[in-house]
Amino acid sequence: MSLKQNLHNLKEKYKGTKMAPAFNAIHTFLYLPNDVTHGGTHIKAADDLKRTMNTVILALIPCLIFGMFNAGYQHHAAIDGSLRADVLANFFTFDNLWIGIIKVLPLVIVSYAIGLGVEFIFAIIKGHEVEEGYLVTGMLVPLIVPVDTPLWMLSIAVIFGVIIGKEVFGGTGMNILNPALTIRAFLFFAYPTWMSGDKVWVHGAVERAGTADAISGETILGSYAQNQEVIYSTFDKFMGFIPGSVGETSTFLILLGAAFLIFTKIGSWRIIVSTFLGAAVMGFIFNQVVAADIITESSKFYGLMNTVWWEHLMIGGLAFGAVYMATDPVTASQTNKGKWIYGFLIGFISIMIRVFNPAYPEGVFLAILLMNVFAPTIDHYVVQGNVKRRLKRTKVKTA
Amino acid sequence: MGLLSKKDAALITDPLLDNNPITIQVLGICSALAITAELKASIVMALSVMAVLALGNVVISLLRNVIPSKIRIIVQLIVVAALVIIVDLILRAFAYELSKTLSVFVGLIITNCIIMGRFEAFALANKPWRSFLDGIGNAAGYGLILVIVGFFRELLGSGTLLGFKVLGDPIEKTGLYALGYENNGFMLLSPMALIVLGVIIWIQRSKNSSLIEEH
Repeated sequence: MSLKQNLHNLKEKYKGTKMAPAFNAIHTFLYLPNDVTHGGTHIKAADDLKRTMNTVILALIPCLIFGMFNAGYQHHAAIDGSLRADVLANFFTFDNLWIGIIKVLPLVIVSYAIGLGVEFIFAIIKGHEVEEGYLVTGMLVPLIVPVDTPLWMLSIAVIFGVIIGKEVFGGTGMNILNPALTIRAFLFFAYPTWMSGDKVWVHGAVERAGTADAISGETILGSYAQNQEVIYSTFDKFMGFIPGSVGETSTFLILLGAAFLIFTKIGSWRIIVSTFLGAAVMGFIFNQVVAADIITESSKFYGLMNTVWWEHLMIGGLAFGAVYMATDPVTASQTNKGKWIYGFLIGFISIMIRVFNPAYPEGVFLAILLMNVFAPTIDHYVVQGNVKRRLKRTKVKTA
Repeated sequence: MGLLSKKDAALITDPLLDNNPITIQVLGICSALAITAELKASIVMALSVMAVLALGNVVISLLRNVIPSKIRIIVQLIVVAALVIIVDLILRAFAYELSKTLSVFVGLIITNCIIMGRFEAFALANKPWRSFLDGIGNAAGYGLILVIVGFFRELLGSGTLLGFKVLGDPIEKTGLYALGYENNGFMLLSPMALIVLGVIIWIQRSKNSSLIEEH
């Protein structure tokens, strides 16, 4: 008997019992269900929730694989600086991938195991079907944490994020905040020493701190905030050969993923474009402030304010946030005009937090969480504005 | 309780669970969020509120027939203000460090909705003994939640309970810390107190579905 038939039989056997959703979820995740709806009028669409989620995961795979190589590359390059002279020759090596396998894959596995575990338990307790919502969250989480994040911290954060960020609101589709960012925010506020500073972005830096073998892996944002020279070229920054969270360094691959998401009509191009636009505008304003000599070099904001506006778009997690986080269809604005406002403010506020609060150089996740909260408000006013305009039009006609 | 009649006993037991001033009536949230980072501060705050509420209830109950109803809010404010100042001075005299931790929140007991609420809803219409029991009961219900929140926040946030290092020493790396455990800094921030409180409310209502409001 095939695995599919076995699963189907198990499903039938447990039908109506508490465990039914668990078997149902495994079955429908791997195969098409045996029974389909007959008769009646219903719309049949290929892109159900499961397929939507899988498309996003596909778009994330390049970032993940690149992140695994980068984890190793940053580790080795931090020990032996000469590796940086020829990035392309020293990047795609098995040594680099091996560190990725032992450091990054566990993050992915733990994220999925714990997150799906919580989803299964809630489905069984509440007696509903297991929802696919965690499939994307589970892939996003390992990509937005530093490579050396202890697995137990990740587990606690995932449990917190899935329960408090999603399940208490009623599960997938009902959440106010992006669950992956809720997990990131929890980690950031609970364990700040593991989530920021110059020791966490490169594998091995924490253990080596204070010894003769000490290595430093300050992110570009961190260096700018302290007015330090940055050793990475524009090419490095765009391609992502820089320290940072696991999967968010390569602006190039993120843009490829964005093209894929826009082509498959899963990500909203309005949000992606407007987020970059907002960030560019804020960066440009800061550049003008510096050019007008309002802020001098002695100011602690000088380093990041003086960063050229287009460079802001490549460093930090802005691109990743704009493409994969802000576009989350549940927590973003729903109206087209609302999406422009929502995205623009995310970019605008991200750069503002980045510049004005060097303690939180990564303003993107805070900006997205903040706008998640305001998304329904934006939609409300867009809809009301539309209603008013139409009412006016009818009044003119009747008058 | 042999001492109390069944009706009187209910005055104390009801507010502990099914009519808890924090989790059911959602009053007094502000101080529950502000001072629960340490268990000790939570306990002292609970006792202070208990003293103010029990004594205040008795005073208001004794005066209930002579207070003109038009100015009753002002009279209540004077009573609670006087009692809070007494509590504040006692704390400063005998527990100075702690009163610094509690800072302005002892003074803010005046604005604690639970106190004015009980004056209005109970003490103005009941005899002193029953008012006294009601004050003890409601303050105990308030204190119970404060202690629960304070327990979890101090244990997970600082790794201590009442100042004792129950999980080991984070600097010497003993106990749990030897395994790589670290304190959760988020627990010390007020937003986490709100989340802990929310979880308590969630658990309580899922245990007793009659508490869930119709809407």
